Amino acid sequence: MIQIHYFAGIREQLETDQEQINLPDGISNIDQLINYLQSINPKFDAAVNANNKILVALNQTVVDRSHELSENDEVAFFPPMTGG
Amino acid sequence: MISVQTEDFNIALEYLRLRERAGDAGAIVTFTGLVREIYDHCSADTERIQTLNLEHYPGMTEKALQSIVDAANEKWALLSTRVIHRVGSLKPSDQIVFVGTASAHRQNAFDATRFIMDYLKSEAPFWKKQSTEEGEEWIESRQSDAEALETWQEP
Repeated sequence: MIQIHYFAGIREQLETDQEQINLPDGISNIDQLINYLQSINPKFDAAVNANNKILVALNQTVVDRSHELSENDEVAFFPPMTGG
Repeated sequence: MISVQTEDFNIALEYLRLRERAGDAGAIVTFTGLVREIYDHCSADTERIQTLNLEHYPGMTEKALQSIVDAANEKWALLSTRVIHRVGSLKPSDQIVFVGTASAHRQNAFDATRFIMDYLKSEAPFWKKQSTEEGEEWIESRQSDAEALETWQEP
């Protein structure tokens, strides 16, 4: 099971702020997770296609999409940050 | 010390606390960021911001700010640091962010304060949404903020 969070414009496009999913066999990194979520959720697919700069955090640290996933990981998707 | 909060802050009080914690400091630099009424990339000058809503990623926000402060402490000899970032609903001219650093000499405090602000803009998980008479809109990240970060990269 992994926990997924969505923030800002991505959260609004998906109309949800979080979900839990069981990692299917063969999904071992973030890039594969993104492809998987696109295949099962048309809203996620639309959000990815509309935002070419989606960032991914793994366990609350921004990582690149080749990063490996493990059971109980916390993954988050969000647009570029605009603090300050 | 780092705080992410909805409440406003008092910079006189924050300065006093920095001064108390900093021991033998010779310099304290503080920066306060305010909500602007008009963002540069607004489509029309007449579109004035009525409220600015700040969303964040609880947990990651504090970690990201701490790692920025840790990086500043590695780069410069700092005696004390303070970061406050507000979240929730803000109005034009409200205080939004405070960064304060104390050091023996002014250059370290000046540089560290600018460094913390530059990184906070692009690497701490905050997102701003503006509301105007025209409706609501997420504010996009700015190229100038990315360029500000590049000035800190080692050659």
